[in-house]
Amino acid sequence: MSSHPLKTCLASLELENPTALASGILGYSPESLQRIAEASAGAVVTKSVGLKPRMGYPNPTVVQVNCGIINAMGLPNPGIAEYASEISFTKTVIKVPLIVSVYGYTAEEYATVAKTATEAGADAVELNVSCPHVKETGSEIGQNPKLLTQVIRQVKATTSKPVIVKLSPNVTDIVEIAQAATTAGADALTAVNTVRAIAIDTETALPILSNTRGGLSGPAIKPIALRCVYDIYEQVKTPIIGCGGITKWQDAVEFLLAGASAVQIGTAIAQQNPEVFQNINRGITAYLKKKKHRSIKEIVGKAHRN
Amino acid sequence: MSEKLTATNTLRVTRIASVKTENPTTKTYTFKDARCAKAKPGQFLMLWIPTIDEIPLSIMNTEGSTVSVTVKNVGDATRHLHSMKRGDTIGVRGPFGNYFTPNSGNVLLVAGGTGTAPLLYLAKQLAVKAKRLSFIMGAKTRNELLFLNQLEPLCTEPPTATTEDGTYGLKCLATQPLETLLAKEGKEKLDMVYACGPERMTRQVFNLTEKHDVPMEASLERLMRCGIGICGSCMIGKYRVCKDGPVFNSTRLRQVKDELGISKLGFDGNRIPV
Repeated sequence: MSSHPLKTCLASLELENPTALASGILGYSPESLQRIAEASAGAVVTKSVGLKPRMGYPNPTVVQVNCGIINAMGLPNPGIAEYASEISFTKTVIKVPLIVSVYGYTAEEYATVAKTATEAGADAVELNVSCPHVKETGSEIGQNPKLLTQVIRQVKATTSKPVIVKLSPNVTDIVEIAQAATTAGADALTAVNTVRAIAIDTETALPILSNTRGGLSGPAIKPIALRCVYDIYEQVKTPIIGCGGITKWQDAVEFLLAGASAVQIGTAIAQQNPEVFQNINRGITAYLKKKKHRSIKEIVGKAHRN
Repeated sequence: MSEKLTATNTLRVTRIASVKTENPTTKTYTFKDARCAKAKPGQFLMLWIPTIDEIPLSIMNTEGSTVSVTVKNVGDATRHLHSMKRGDTIGVRGPFGNYFTPNSGNVLLVAGGTGTAPLLYLAKQLAVKAKRLSFIMGAKTRNELLFLNQLEPLCTEPPTATTEDGTYGLKCLATQPLETLLAKEGKEKLDMVYACGPERMTRQVFNLTEKHDVPMEASLERLMRCGIGICGSCMIGKYRVCKDGPVFNSTRLRQVKDELGISKLGFDGNRIPV
């Protein structure tokens, strides 16, 4: 076993371990990102930030269902101009890579926000082209290879930092989108964002979320996310970050075996608090030792036959 | 409450069993909910007002399988709730958050406005436990003083009431009799101070208990969305008020004192004055 069996790489980013904080979870304030980093996450992704401030939707913005959570927050964020100083400050208090999640309504907006974020100190940007509950940003772009290509090209032209693209599972063929993102220059792919979903109350005969539709996360979507990672790995060489319903080390290892080089964790924090990162890293380490692997790099994609 | 229960705390739809008008701006709602009826003093619930909003509310009382919350009319959601009647449908998630640590020694409760509600629930728990139970409550005016009659038999000495306009009790803020009491009795005669009220009051209570070296616990409030510790809307320092709080002890209050009574996160995640 090497001295750092958990070390992994995503393009030029080096992670001490493969567990990152998923976007949208905590991730506003430097203090909360610091707490997650200190809880031994290998990287942190901020909440999505856009060009202008957004208040988000009224409550209910979260519905708890049996095997997960449906949310429609509505991308609340202070806008990049305001958030840039928080990025700079966060960089001074955390030692792990800081990935800023970016959304926009046009390719220009994505590029402007990504540029400001990396100039403020972001180690990478993750393009949110897959938010399932805000119109005209997110899914509309993530479902359209042509639009997606424009967005990635424009962002790549403004920053030399790695550009990660977060894919939507709400598409007919995720591999087609992953290939388009790769061709356009994506340095890594996060698979996947939440699955479009709804919750209805029988007594009032009403949808519960104020926005009606939202995105499902948590254990309910893990098999779907895992399949997405498996499918993409078969056809695309870009590093993959697995995301969707990871709550224990076995889940994380499954994603690595399916072809992910790292994983993101979010909803599990509701049950396990920030300690979830340590729990999962310990489990992966024990698994590697038991299976006599020196590094997680040896198990990435191992579940693929031939 | 186990962590697993928090995660599977699905919305329960119930009907308002009774509405009691406490004063012109405040009403108490009682409804059946077996899970929230097991809440400990200091915990809160998320109340769904169908088609309008979902808001966090401190639990004021539990009895059998019913739970009560006391709500002041302060905005759109609470105005709508105030128009609702017995038999109307609401939704409930919870109970969420941590709770006050019961102390069996000499305790003092300091409440401001509707902050009296969770402290009444706490006082009921402490009445059979604490050696001495004193209560100071403050409000803008006489008819906003809550639950004085219910508190009196629970306390070991008559509660002290203050009003800003002098229409009842002492004409001052609740922190003034607190300062007098701390100066007179200090840590030798006080084991714990519990506070709930406007955050500027809480800040002042914190400053005074620090000065006199008396431990305290305060229930804090922030904008809340998820209620289960993942959305980050209610951060104060590195703490999530919904999950790590809402009750903060002196040690944690010291860690967040730069924000306590000063700033909070707004709807867009920007820092705004409290």
